[in-house]
Amino acid sequence: MSRPVIEAVDLSVRYRIGSGLLGGRSYLNAVDRVSVSIGRGSFYGLVGESGSGKTTLGRALLRAAPITEGSVIYQDDEVRYDLRNLSAQDLKDYRKRAQLIFQDPYAALSPRMTVRDIIAEPLEVMGLTRSREETDARVREIAAKCRLNLEHLRRFPHAFSGGQRQRISIARALVSRPRFVVADESVAALDVSIQADVLNLLQAIQQEMGISFLFISHDLSVVAHVCDHVAVMYLGQLVETAPTAELFSRPRHPYTSALLSAIPSLDPDDQGNAEKLEGEIPSPTNPPPGCKFHTRCRFARDACRLETPALRELSAGHFAACHFAEEFDFRREHGHQTSPVNAGV
Amino acid sequence: MTQPLLSVEDLTIRFNTDEGLVTAVDDVSFDIAQGEVMGLVGESGSGKSVTAKSIMRLNAGNTRYDPVSRIMINLPDRNVDVLALRRDRDLRVVRGGAVSMIFQEPMASFAPAITVGQQMVEQLLIHTSMSKAEARNLSIEMLDRVGIPDASKRFGQYAFEFSGGMRQRAMIAMALSTRPRLLIADEPTTALDVTIQAQVVDLMKDLVREFGMAILFITHDLGVIAQTADKVAVMYLGRIVEKGTVRQVIKTPAHPYTLGLINALPKLNDLEAELTPVPGDIPSPLDRPAGCVFHTRCPVAIKGRCSSEVPNYTALSGGREVACHLVEEQVKEGVSL
Repeated sequence: MSRPVIEAVDLSVRYRIGSGLLGGRSYLNAVDRVSVSIGRGSFYGLVGESGSGKTTLGRALLRAAPITEGSVIYQDDEVRYDLRNLSAQDLKDYRKRAQLIFQDPYAALSPRMTVRDIIAEPLEVMGLTRSREETDARVREIAAKCRLNLEHLRRFPHAFSGGQRQRISIARALVSRPRFVVADESVAALDVSIQADVLNLLQAIQQEMGISFLFISHDLSVVAHVCDHVAVMYLGQLVETAPTAELFSRPRHPYTSALLSAIPSLDPDDQGNAEKLEGEIPSPTNPPPGCKFHTRCRFARDACRLETPALRELSAGHFAACHFAEEFDFRREHGHQTSPVNAGV
Repeated sequence: MTQPLLSVEDLTIRFNTDEGLVTAVDDVSFDIAQGEVMGLVGESGSGKSVTAKSIMRLNAGNTRYDPVSRIMINLPDRNVDVLALRRDRDLRVVRGGAVSMIFQEPMASFAPAITVGQQMVEQLLIHTSMSKAEARNLSIEMLDRVGIPDASKRFGQYAFEFSGGMRQRAMIAMALSTRPRLLIADEPTTALDVTIQAQVVDLMKDLVREFGMAILFITHDLGVIAQTADKVAVMYLGRIVEKGTVRQVIKTPAHPYTLGLINALPKLNDLEAELTPVPGDIPSPLDRPAGCVFHTRCPVAIKGRCSSEVPNYTALSGGREVACHLVEEQVKEGVSL
């Protein structure tokens, strides 16, 4: 495996909740001792339901959420940073190297700025260019890469559709030539016919510029298509991580398996062989003891209620945090999205 | 022949805006029989929500229905001509009486400062002749039926005390407590996590069997439609481009747009397959293409014809209808579709 661009070890992000007026101070572990290593040039997927901590983890890796415990090391050909121990100047430099693409292309772009100014702003703020000509050249270069029409640079965001806006957001995130980009639900707000276009663009850019992506999504089928590696989170913890094909064909954690079978099949004749997950994700302020998933797990035994399972390597590159990962076979026919689509016309 | 429960005929809806009349729905017709589940699929701006809201007359004041448009709800005791209803009193039959609706964002649909129970009771008092005590009992029973644990305690709580999945269940309980003939579900699972979505979809399937009501299920998710609906209509820019049974439309799509939508979906059984986007962007409703609305993005558009001539519906086997010039020509040439 290539050297990681970012490596977190036992990373925790903890927020204090409740002021503790009566001495009752409580904490919320949004991210709970997560270790993750993202290889250079990797398209790394992070999936989980709302409240699983995937956004917080992404932000912690960007130093946009406070790191309470553990370590995060960023490394490229030029620099090596310990994110818990960054000088103000190093942090500024890190911001050029690590960027974020947001979910909602309607909220992320200022309606008062032209597209050119939106894309140029990071260059100006970070002092990356010395003249207006240089800035314009960089803007045009990245706009072309993101398949934006140069004509469009003079317009305002309201003139654009969701897919075009998302391409503008991507151009803005990439204009500083980052090495590591977190894309947080970056296609969730887009229509299906447009979503595929933005995914293809992200993949093309990743290959062309050699950027490492952390792709956060709740949509497993999207992740399956673009990512080479996937990590699954539940209640702040990593429950499984593996190369994509391996994870989807041989899930070793019952939560991953349940997530996969919850995806509605496109085939009307396949009315869900699914094991349906009962109940809802527990509150992170009061997580269950032992394995956090035991309250919804149909395989749970006594050990699961008492002992927290560690993330263990089961086969090369495939890790799962389940006491019984070897014992149960969670594999089922995941080929259930088969739909023999005839080329109608 | 028995009348369908809902029949929408030649529905055309325009909005009067500062930028002129904007066509949101263009000559849409469909029927739903008692107990039938119909999916209405389309992307943002396709007019699916506007169509659904017109059945309850919930569109804003600047809405102009075309004079030839008709929406009929045929009840055992009378037939309701929805677009002819004038007084608020008369509209009650389509606003919670015979027709109920559940929405995408259940938090926005419950009043935040009134308990969930009070809201359930209030609508029962309006639509039925129940006493307050009866309404309360039925509400708790319904909350229990949709799988909300500890229903009598939940009855006294506010919407913010419910999780997203619970809110959607409570919303379904409220919509069904008046025993509507038709339930309109507007993206009811879109805001939910996939495991919760699976639970809500299962619940809705059970309730259809139990209550025998019809559902108009609006969504952009073809997978959800495949799992719930009997038939489906695909909308694009205000037009129904294809309608038929779920099996026909999803397994052998005939309209290039339906095919494009299915090809753009990532499929779990073939991870290596390239994702094929539908080329181009959805045009603005202010700037609707002439001829076939899809011709600007259609890979098989016929030069000269599709850009000028609005396609008629071509009937295919099994009652399917497709609005496409190419399909029409293929049928004429005897190609079996």
